[in-house]
Amino acid sequence: MANKPREASKPKVAIFDFTGCEGCELSQLNFEDQLLDILAQVDIVEWREAMDDRADEYDIAFVEGALSTPDCIKRIHDIRRRSKVLVALGSCAVDGGVNAIKNLHPIEEVRQIVYGEDQYLFPTLPALPLSAVVKVDHNVRGCPMTQIEFLKVFTALVMGKKPIEPDQAVCVECKLNENECVYAKGMICLGPVTRAGCNSQCTNFGQYCIGCRGLVSEPNLQGMAETLASHGLAMDEAWKRLQLYNAYRLQGVRA
Amino acid sequence: MSRDLNLQNLDISVKHLTRVEGHGNIVVDMKNGVLKKAQLDIVEAPRYFEALLKGRSFHEAAIITSRICGICSLGHQLTSLKATEQALGLPVSEQTILLRKLLVHGATLQSNILHAYFLAAPDFLKVKSVIPLVGTHPEVVLRALRMKKLANDIGDVVGGRAVHPITCVPGGFTQVPTAAALRELRRRLVEVMVPDFLATVETLKALAGAIPRFERPTEYISLRADDEYALYDGDICSTDTGRVPDCEYRRMTNEFVVPHSTSKHCKANRTSYMVGALARWNNNYDKLCPEARQAAATLGLEPGCTNPYFNTVAQVVEAGHCALDAVAIIDRLLADGLKDELPNQEPTQYGTGIGATEVPRGILYHEYTYDRQARIVKANCIIPTGQNLANIDDDMKKLVPEVVADKSKEEITSWLEMLVRAYDPCISCSVHMLEVEFEE
Repeated sequence: MANKPREASKPKVAIFDFTGCEGCELSQLNFEDQLLDILAQVDIVEWREAMDDRADEYDIAFVEGALSTPDCIKRIHDIRRRSKVLVALGSCAVDGGVNAIKNLHPIEEVRQIVYGEDQYLFPTLPALPLSAVVKVDHNVRGCPMTQIEFLKVFTALVMGKKPIEPDQAVCVECKLNENECVYAKGMICLGPVTRAGCNSQCTNFGQYCIGCRGLVSEPNLQGMAETLASHGLAMDEAWKRLQLYNAYRLQGVRA
Repeated sequence: MSRDLNLQNLDISVKHLTRVEGHGNIVVDMKNGVLKKAQLDIVEAPRYFEALLKGRSFHEAAIITSRICGICSLGHQLTSLKATEQALGLPVSEQTILLRKLLVHGATLQSNILHAYFLAAPDFLKVKSVIPLVGTHPEVVLRALRMKKLANDIGDVVGGRAVHPITCVPGGFTQVPTAAALRELRRRLVEVMVPDFLATVETLKALAGAIPRFERPTEYISLRADDEYALYDGDICSTDTGRVPDCEYRRMTNEFVVPHSTSKHCKANRTSYMVGALARWNNNYDKLCPEARQAAATLGLEPGCTNPYFNTVAQVVEAGHCALDAVAIIDRLLADGLKDELPNQEPTQYGTGIGATEVPRGILYHEYTYDRQARIVKANCIIPTGQNLANIDDDMKKLVPEVVADKSKEEITSWLEMLVRAYDPCISCSVHMLEVEFEE
């Protein structure tokens, strides 16, 4: 990205957070090499984690976190109304993320477990991805969001182009990186059904794919079950691990 | 003392305080000179994290708890791993401990630098964020970015990724860094980080006049170890009552629910206590390296400091210690020779384990109980920001009446915002620190 500021008025960008760990926003502050270039291309008009300023309208809104309280729903409608383009940032915003695991249990039970007799103080809803409530224009996936993907989406939007969303499995990138197959090491791995775009970061470092980027659009769960079985691994445990990031999407589905 | 009659009534409401991690509101209500209310409301959406752990495999505990907070992800991982390893009887190698300590230094450095430069410094310079400083103080912003980048690179090299690290698993590491990568980190620490740290001390010294003068002695709690400045491990140490082993953490936290916060509050020997860099300084200043102690002297940070605004100063002092001790750790790893070890993941028992670690914002506790399939049946996480909330409320209740006479509403609001920011609160973290007992 060039250092020179754009001639025309720069796009107004805002960053918002809902239910999540703010690790995706932190990853934006972690673009140490590119941060000043990014700031030269856009006007960041609102970002509560880093600034005091507030604004009324945005060309691009980046939104992190899942929706899990009545107040969240009100706020996301308001943000959508004021945003030309809305980008979901990270697995909580795209898929509900780990927050959605609580949807697997009856909501009253979850509130009782955590807050006991004081549960009435704090209203909650099932955790929802942004797309369950408002129109989402683009996704940056991952937990935390994949930085290279964020830069690609950001660059495309600033240049007025449509970002391309990968839809192949992590296995494709893992093979290109010439890693030993995780199944061959006797570990469960979610690479076969998980959406690529992270350059198989976890398996490059000897860890299994935890599925944080969500499922590909047509996951071959049956094929994964067969591959697991051929390595003597249990689909039950794999299913449990899939729910870590896909609890919302897999509601009502059973492999 | 003459009183501004206009300020007999004071009504401050700061919704969604900026430049902190997570969502909190400052509320002050004063009527006819009587303070009715001064508190930090925690309005972060509850995430029910402990409920997410139920029935999960020991492989997943650290992956899940790391997602409690992006900023403290490494701290949650390591604390979680220590609890799991104790519960399941998984001793780790000396090399693993050294690599983890190196990661802790990287994470502490990055978090302290992020807070001092990006979140706190704009207050000292009376601007609304770090962004205007890019134009007015470019060399300072570039230095901050350089320091943050190197700190994060420690996380990348050893952990595979600085936010939600990849390689840290129960029993060790999935992959150890190469000697060449560690040598390069060492070179940059010595040639870049140490000079940048010294420059940071000079910058902060020039701004020190902007730090509010306010004293409120409280109880300070942190880890303490005999042989080092305790971050990865140690006993629980209180300035009021001394040292106890980490298994006594419940006696030192005593959580309780308050209606104005989705995060529970804590207390030990008083109505509140403080954790974090200032508590570590007050308990462990004698264990800091000479360069860090020199920085403290330059910045006017003294043992027994009771000004909470000095937490930011203590963070900067600590950053110097982390940088220099990281060099010492790398030297030891290289002298011993890096071994390509597999993590120790064969449980030898199934029971309860406790992990206590100093993360940037203070002492963090995780406790898990596992069943015979190495799945979690019971979990408890107590987070530093939750422990500080009662202390912040107590500070506000003393501060407001002290300053109301000679300050405008805007100035008081600014001091209150700076007070909360000085604690570097991590609100996402603090709303899932509630204990869960799973009924089977």
